[in-house]
Amino acid sequence: MKLSILGGRVLDPAQNLDQILDVHLDQGSILALGEAPAGFQAEQTLDAKGLLVTPGFIDLSCHLREPGPSYKGNILSETRAALAGGFTSVCARPDTQPPVDTPAVVRVVRERAEAVAQARVLPLGALTQGLEGQLLSNMAGLQAAGCVALTNLRLPIQDTLVLRRCMEYASTHDLLLIFYPEDFSLAAGGCAHEGAMASQLGLQGIPETAETLALAQQLLLIEQTGIRAHFSQLSTARSVELIAAARKRGLPVTADVAISHLIYTDRELEDFDSNFHLQPPLRSEKDRLALLQGLVDGHLSAVTSGHLPHERAAKMAPFSASEPGISSLESLLPWMLQLVNAGYLSEQQFVASLTSGPAGILSQKLGSLEPGQPADLTLFDPQQSWTLNASSCYSAGYNTPSWGQTLQGRVLATLVAGEVRYRLDL
Amino acid sequence: MSYPANPRDIQLTAEGQLKHFLSISGLPKSLLTEILDTAESFANMGEQSVKKVPLLRGKTLVNLFFENSTRTRATFELAAKRLSADVLNLDIKTSSTAKGETLMDTLQNMEAMHADLFVVRHADSGAAHFIASQVTPQVAIINAGDGRHAHPTQAMLDMFTIRRHKGDFAGLKVAIVGDILHSRVARSQIRALTTLGVEEVRLVAPNTLLPAGVEDLGVQLYTRMEEGIRDVDVVIMLRLQKERMSGALLPSESEYYRLYGLTNDKLAYAHPDAIVMHPGPINRGVEIESAVADGPRSVILQQVGYGIAIRMAVMSMAVSGQMQERSQIS
Repeated sequence: MKLSILGGRVLDPAQNLDQILDVHLDQGSILALGEAPAGFQAEQTLDAKGLLVTPGFIDLSCHLREPGPSYKGNILSETRAALAGGFTSVCARPDTQPPVDTPAVVRVVRERAEAVAQARVLPLGALTQGLEGQLLSNMAGLQAAGCVALTNLRLPIQDTLVLRRCMEYASTHDLLLIFYPEDFSLAAGGCAHEGAMASQLGLQGIPETAETLALAQQLLLIEQTGIRAHFSQLSTARSVELIAAARKRGLPVTADVAISHLIYTDRELEDFDSNFHLQPPLRSEKDRLALLQGLVDGHLSAVTSGHLPHERAAKMAPFSASEPGISSLESLLPWMLQLVNAGYLSEQQFVASLTSGPAGILSQKLGSLEPGQPADLTLFDPQQSWTLNASSCYSAGYNTPSWGQTLQGRVLATLVAGEVRYRLDL
Repeated sequence: MSYPANPRDIQLTAEGQLKHFLSISGLPKSLLTEILDTAESFANMGEQSVKKVPLLRGKTLVNLFFENSTRTRATFELAAKRLSADVLNLDIKTSSTAKGETLMDTLQNMEAMHADLFVVRHADSGAAHFIASQVTPQVAIINAGDGRHAHPTQAMLDMFTIRRHKGDFAGLKVAIVGDILHSRVARSQIRALTTLGVEEVRLVAPNTLLPAGVEDLGVQLYTRMEEGIRDVDVVIMLRLQKERMSGALLPSESEYYRLYGLTNDKLAYAHPDAIVMHPGPINRGVEIESAVADGPRSVILQQVGYGIAIRMAVMSMAVSGQMQERSQIS
């Protein structure tokens, strides 16, 4: 299939490119930017005048809920939501039911993803069997089956010897490990940032040290074992400092932040709105600003959706009894544009944190529009307003504070491997 | 699902009348004073031979208790009966696995009974707000304690006690002593005291029992009892739960009593006219000495009696706020 995207503003941080250009695609790859090569005859064209054309967004942490209870979503609903949000690749969390701790489950996920043919699914494998934090998973088998990285998510590996062995074994196979640093004991039972707001509301706090203590411990073991590691969804200013210092010492570590933690703080908890019950908890304004600065300074190199879709009943409970998580794939773009419009991030930084940033972390040949790269692209109108509601939302999870609100910035087309997989009205 | 933007909105009608009583936060001083004044008009009824007024005749109150309580429930029941309401008591045992679905199911069942007033006690902070935002709008919700968050009727009966004994709030120094961390009563008292304009609110506790960032609520923190209660006009003691020792918050009951237990020796540091309060039930020899609890400066038993008047005031005001709002809608 030969396809040309005409007249759009092409923004590709990987090539330091920001220019109105045509993009020509052939056989699932980027063929050329600008002039079409001699003899190229497009079978399909997309008029992108007034739109931004970027590499397809890549999400490092997304829950697709399959295998698992279908009322929370499934691979079709959530990868469709990904496309509508501009994501062409999503890393799928391993805490499914059953968890992704054997090659067989990886295959189920990949086959299902291929069958529904929406966004690409990059499976994350479990670091320990059953994510129970005790026995090593079949890491090499998971890698061979297609896992792009391994993680134990926020589930504890309480025995530090087991944690060290996980790293040593992973380093044998040059695997990327993803950590969601959290000290189990310090976080246990908590549901909000430990501070004045949680104290006032009588909610059990999760201190900053629940994250930084685990992060510091993991960094020291990474230094000892020499593995490649990524830290996902950091929430505190102090964590950004620890990452910056580790990188300065030359440690091969990267880090990301969830979009929710860039736009909200624990002030939002005042009315006990369970949509703001997140893990890690929303923290202070000082933390939010430090996370944004961490992106600007390059200590954090990606923004994740942290997408966790829930059925209605999961949030219909008093704050602490509700299930944590936010449905965010479809509102991430408008939220990022809010940050750009408010002057916190440049357009380059915003696009890099969703494209070249995560692609670099995963060492995947994605996230760029250089000729020869897979033709994964996102076309969006940064001005268009729309309302997030049951008729516009593809995710099974309606658990977002933006529900029913008018948002600015909308994805109009998403292409995966040169194929228009999502199209609004072009 | 969407909650109102401001907790004040959810508790008050457009005219600023009370329609739910969920927390002291967001309520203006004038409304707290109105509650105290209304309670004053009910306070002497207990001594009269006919202990009833027909303010809530034909109304149904449901005591919805997800957490055990005999005393609080009994005072709400008595208060409702003195207002001539019909009372239904429900003790709902919650299993830890059932969570919110059960609560929603229960609420939907209750709504079908066309109750006018729910009095709710629940182990989760924010439960009363959640119920008020989810039930049929014309049911008034009174919070009888939600997790560690709020216990506003207890706080108001404490304010009533202080006003009766001290006259005015201006110029008063009040110390709250003990397990602030786990206390919904303390959180509501702090809000009420600062709203009513006392001169100083002091919290006295070891650091393990003080919540993080609590100084933002406009209080002074003390870790030494003798300094904390020096020259105060009111000493409020909090109950210490036995399980605090196993949670590694305190080394032992005896050490706690030695440092924070209210004895006549320690009470000597307070103002000579200081009164001693306690939300009950008291642990003699743990947070308070019997000689103090039963002594001349203790007003602990009066507090219990005032609880009925405060609950009558709050229930009648909330039902009238609901009716006002309904008549305006129709």
